[in-house]
Amino acid sequence: MATPETRSPKSLRHSYKRNLKERSIEMLLFLAAFFSVFITFAIIYLLISESFIFFEHVSIWEFLTDTQWTPLFDDAHYGILPLVSGTVVSSLVALVIALPFGTIIAIYLSEFAPFAVREIAKPFLELLGGIPTVVYGYFALLFVTPLLQTLLPELPGFSLLSAGLVMGIMIIPYVSSMTEDAMRSVPMHLREGSYAIGATRFQTAVKVVMPASLSGIAAAYILGISRAVGETMVVAIAAGMQPNLVWNPMEPAATITTYIVQVSLGDLPHGSIGYQTIFAAGLTLLLLTLVFNILGHLLRKRYREIY
Amino acid sequence: MQIFKPSSTATLTAQKSVVNNLNFYYGSYQALKNIDMVVYEKQVTALIGPSGCGKSTFLRCFNRMHDLYPHNNYEGEIILYPDNENILSREVDPIEVRMRISMVFQKPNPFPKSIFENVAYGLRIRGVKRRSILEEKVENALRNAALWEEVKDRLGDLAFNLSGGQQQRLCIARALATDPEILLFDEPTSALDPIATASIEELISDLRNKVTILIVTHNMQQAARVSDYTAYMYMGELIEFGATDTIFIKPKNKKTEDYITGRFG
Repeated sequence: MATPETRSPKSLRHSYKRNLKERSIEMLLFLAAFFSVFITFAIIYLLISESFIFFEHVSIWEFLTDTQWTPLFDDAHYGILPLVSGTVVSSLVALVIALPFGTIIAIYLSEFAPFAVREIAKPFLELLGGIPTVVYGYFALLFVTPLLQTLLPELPGFSLLSAGLVMGIMIIPYVSSMTEDAMRSVPMHLREGSYAIGATRFQTAVKVVMPASLSGIAAAYILGISRAVGETMVVAIAAGMQPNLVWNPMEPAATITTYIVQVSLGDLPHGSIGYQTIFAAGLTLLLLTLVFNILGHLLRKRYREIY
Repeated sequence: MQIFKPSSTATLTAQKSVVNNLNFYYGSYQALKNIDMVVYEKQVTALIGPSGCGKSTFLRCFNRMHDLYPHNNYEGEIILYPDNENILSREVDPIEVRMRISMVFQKPNPFPKSIFENVAYGLRIRGVKRRSILEEKVENALRNAALWEEVKDRLGDLAFNLSGGQQQRLCIARALATDPEILLFDEPTSALDPIATASIEELISDLRNKVTILIVTHNMQQAARVSDYTAYMYMGELIEFGATDTIFIKPKNKKTEDYITGRFG
């Protein structure tokens, strides 16, 4: 038997050059991922530590139960409720518009629209999402409010209703686009199963396609809610900036976001209690959106798609 | 090859549907050419032929599935009895056709619902609301699909938790629940293992006296085992149609013989 030809064993070993290249690429990717996580934690750290200073002056109990928010007045009150009510009411008005309309548009585009209509309608709808929010704000103040006043003469010049309605219109494309994507990803053979026993398009859309894409639809709704809660410009322009503890959308009020804008623009001395309030307000906003994100995550896990 | 049905009785049965000069086009591509065929009532008719021969396309004409996609065109007639109406006519509502001619697909496609709701789906979309009727019909359909014993204690479970073969029987139960006149099977066992395949074939044999069946299969042994009539298709044309034992033992056409004996395809 002939002995096999031998080579230097080194040819099979790790190459120093390749290792270095791979390692450095890996490191670069890691740093990019790490950076975004780091920034998130840095923001949370900042909010919590600055809020801590605020809560040394104001008790959490007062913060949560006082019904007035007047941190810049001589008679200072630090109740977050008026800001929370403004945020909740304007968001609810927006969602009453955005969720149903967004869903209906998605059902139409995904299940009914002919190919040509969808190809034209989708970019236009997405364009609606690209309009700067400050434009929406003025649209609310200068067009929607006067229009509403012809129907509801007692409506003030600034109102949560007007801001919420326009915010809803603004959020429709986000909801409809994501919902449509979710519905379109349902495989055709599932639809055919429904059509094959005599279902109409609408029955198929509502009873088969929507349940099959529930997690995607839930994610779209959660995104819509987060956007409504975090929206600043429209409410700052059209809802007035007075913190009022109201649950009536026909009143002017401030939201958490508009308050932060108001204070950030003013020249309050760094470290004063008035300055610290914006961190406490920011932390409240963060917690609110965190709750919705966790809810969305749970929904996604609960109804994940299986085909 | 085992063939176990008497061909003499087959010739006595009534016509359920007659296909006259059927042409079908995907856009400008002609997928079916001048097809003439008879579907006999409460018999199993198998459509065989090599891949791309148009057998699934032909099957899907029977419940107007092609209407779901643009640029599809039918020419010719599929007459359905006892109505004596051409179901391909523009005046015929495809939804009405599908109410009476249901379909089971290649890949099991249960809905993301419970086992019970999957079978009840066809009844619910027809407006059946009363719980007692739903329960009775669902149980009947599951019994006819030979699935009742396996699922009767977990009707509320998600259909996805069933095995592939069980899912396919569930889809058959779903199609049976609404008492269709014709049941279309599009390669119903091609995604299943041999044991599940055997149970579906047995089921199709059991169903032959209850409902008219059309089955597309690429498996010739399956066609021989389950069908009373066989149609051999090639390149969009119907080459030969006749009683299954004739087709398999004494085909008239050379092309059919080549395919069946495995010299081609």
